[in-house]
Amino acid sequence: MFSYYVRLALLSLRKNILLTGLMVAAIGLGIGAAMTTITVNYMMSSDPIPQKSERLFHVQLDNWSPNQPYEEPNEPPDQVTWLDATNLLQEGRAFRQAAMGGTSFVIEPSQAEQKPFIASGRATSADFFPMFDVPFLYGRGWTADDDNSQNLVVVLSKATNDQLFGGENSVGETVVMGGRAFRVVGVLNDWQPRPKFYDVSTGPFNEVEEVFVPWSLKEPLELPLNGNNNCWKPVGEETFSAFLRSECVNSQFWVEFEDPKDADSYLAFLNNYVTEQKKLGRFERPLNNRLMDVMDWMEYREVVAEDAIMMMYMAIMFLVVCLLNTVALLLAKFLGRSGEIALRRAVGASRRDLFLQYTVESAMIGIAGGLLGLVLAWFGLQGIGGLYGDMTEGLNELDLTMVGFAIVLAIVSTILAGLYPTWRACSVAPAGQLKSQ
Amino acid sequence: MSELGPIFRALLRNKVGAFLLALQIALTMTIMVNAIHMIENRSSMMARPSGLDEANQFYLSSNGYAENFNERAVVEEDLRNIRALPGIVDVTQINAIPLSGGGWSMGLQTEPGDDKPSVGVAVYFVDDHGIDAFGVNLIAGENFNPTEITYRQRNEQGWPQNIIVTEAMAKELFPDLTPAQAIGQTTYIAGDEPMTITGVIDQLQAPWVGWSGVERVMLVPQRTEFRSSRYFIRTEPGQRDRMMKAVEEMLVAEDRGRLIRNVRTMEETRDDSYRSYSALQTILWIIVIILTIITALGIVGMVTFSVNRRRKQIGTRRALGASRFDIMKHFMLENFLVTSVGLVLGVGSSIALNIWLVDAFSLPRIGWYYIPVAMVILWVVGQAAVFGPARKASQISPALATRTA
Repeated sequence: MFSYYVRLALLSLRKNILLTGLMVAAIGLGIGAAMTTITVNYMMSSDPIPQKSERLFHVQLDNWSPNQPYEEPNEPPDQVTWLDATNLLQEGRAFRQAAMGGTSFVIEPSQAEQKPFIASGRATSADFFPMFDVPFLYGRGWTADDDNSQNLVVVLSKATNDQLFGGENSVGETVVMGGRAFRVVGVLNDWQPRPKFYDVSTGPFNEVEEVFVPWSLKEPLELPLNGNNNCWKPVGEETFSAFLRSECVNSQFWVEFEDPKDADSYLAFLNNYVTEQKKLGRFERPLNNRLMDVMDWMEYREVVAEDAIMMMYMAIMFLVVCLLNTVALLLAKFLGRSGEIALRRAVGASRRDLFLQYTVESAMIGIAGGLLGLVLAWFGLQGIGGLYGDMTEGLNELDLTMVGFAIVLAIVSTILAGLYPTWRACSVAPAGQLKSQ
Repeated sequence: MSELGPIFRALLRNKVGAFLLALQIALTMTIMVNAIHMIENRSSMMARPSGLDEANQFYLSSNGYAENFNERAVVEEDLRNIRALPGIVDVTQINAIPLSGGGWSMGLQTEPGDDKPSVGVAVYFVDDHGIDAFGVNLIAGENFNPTEITYRQRNEQGWPQNIIVTEAMAKELFPDLTPAQAIGQTTYIAGDEPMTITGVIDQLQAPWVGWSGVERVMLVPQRTEFRSSRYFIRTEPGQRDRMMKAVEEMLVAEDRGRLIRNVRTMEETRDDSYRSYSALQTILWIIVIILTIITALGIVGMVTFSVNRRRKQIGTRRALGASRFDIMKHFMLENFLVTSVGLVLGVGSSIALNIWLVDAFSLPRIGWYYIPVAMVILWVVGQAAVFGPARKASQISPALATRTA
């Protein structure tokens, strides 16, 4: 029976090919626009580390001015001071913890033909690598011992290792960075969390850094800052060490718990820490410390661009218009066939039969529209890639989930669009229509 | 207008179809009005002048890495050499590039004290050639004196005595004073360190195009010894591309223990900074245009159906004396009625969506004229769409009335 309906539907769709084309095109364009923008939003809001995002927490401490909050109404700074990051690291109260901050190095390659170049860097502590499940190609991260004894060790990104060592295993080799010889302890495999959740301060979709060095080197080597720095109070003395010990926020601090419930006790510890610091004349505002897991933090920092959200709403409204268009056309089409319907009812077709038949017909428009929509979405995403350039790298790719979602969205929305016209068609009274002929 | 009655009654026979079309037109108008509003909003932000002579400007960065890098000597020699090149108007060392997205900001206040309100301002460290290299106009006071240019160290906290600010910054600090009156006024930086305004320039944008205070800038008469700095260069008209090559070649010719990178024009920088704006505009235009086409085609489809269903009635009307024009008028008026209902709904939903956008995305309100303009456009689109099928209907022969089926 089903194949009979499919044949009937094809026949009917072919009979008015222009109109069928118009409906398929409308659904296709609507689905295409909606899928393009939904994909961008979906990629922007995806979980960068799904296996443990609810066990990783970002730390905020409110060390801001007693006279005004960092941000209205009463938001703490989105970074912490070097001093607090270093203190919390030393306390080591969480299962794992990492202090970190952006920096940069001039690297002088050993081969004479290669010119010196600037590499983006991250000063962080040993737990960074196991905490964030960072994949290694060669070697591994440094140890807490390296942190404590301020050893000149470095972890290279895959691209940097390719550039410096032609992709060979470089563990144990030496790299001259900022005029000092660093020993390579590890080389990362491809790794680009999107969003780059561990530090979104200069852009949530920036590239991962090219070299990683121990946090403890920041002070002795006076590593420059590559990132945002915010101060509410003059630093005082004009030395690097005074700058690090000032109330300027420019570092990040992350903790990992074995159980997300440990967050409560860690927050209690943070409040304790701040209360202790208050005795030293710091932290003049009321207690306002925060712990947020990865996804909460991403939402708080609004990593999904407002433009992307606005575009998605516009595209969804566009899809609604396309569907309204389809409802109106299907209605006109089905009602135009009242005579035929009446005849079929008169010769014994039940309402159920007719209902099925017309649903099959609308579903076929949905399938065709969905497929067309997928193709258009692919083009749309390429177009977005072209319009935005590097900004959207990795955000304009259709994955299987999205392809499935697009087809289901197309079929479901078209069947819904076909429901009312189908119902109207089925309620045609056989006798009345036949008489008027 | 005596036809309106029968047309209206004919419409009621397919209430749902007419209502769906009206709803579609209402939504089309809602999207059109708000999308064009967003496009306009971005256009006006992109049209704000930066104050610069953008077509003839470029910059580059110089990063010292060698142990024996003598920044002061290298910078002074570089600036001298660049300035000596024919085709160069002027050059200054600078810490950040306007519109580029990265830079320094500080707060200035008119009364000293940590608890007093302050106004955020972008900071450019430039020398006495800054104004000339930017191509901005001094509207009051004086340029920096070459002798007052000092060197700033990486961890230095203090500030020099004199500054030049933009007119917008002067207005923000001293709303009641003219630029000329702002000269000699004292402002406080970092809470309580006084600085005197010695010059006011007409216009210069901050590095952050999305910042509400993008017009607020101060120039500080210092060269920086941070080991990494930028040179901002202005050339004679039409000489930019040639000079970019010449300057870069000259600077890299001798190994001074530093890297020359990021040789870029101001035009590229503007395009990059506003890329997401123009991308959003393009996408919204595409949506609006396709949407209008789909709505128009939908109207064509609907009217074609309704003509086909009423072929016999049309033939009868023609046989009873209705002219071709009467038949066309019927369908055109019918569409006008449906479109009008849709547009009335559309006015309400356009405003509702705008109120929501203002609320959720802090977009400005739409101008009142968007509404009538969108209405006229959609009326015209509707009439144009219905014209073809209506003309076909008018060509139905009166003889059709005599045929069965």
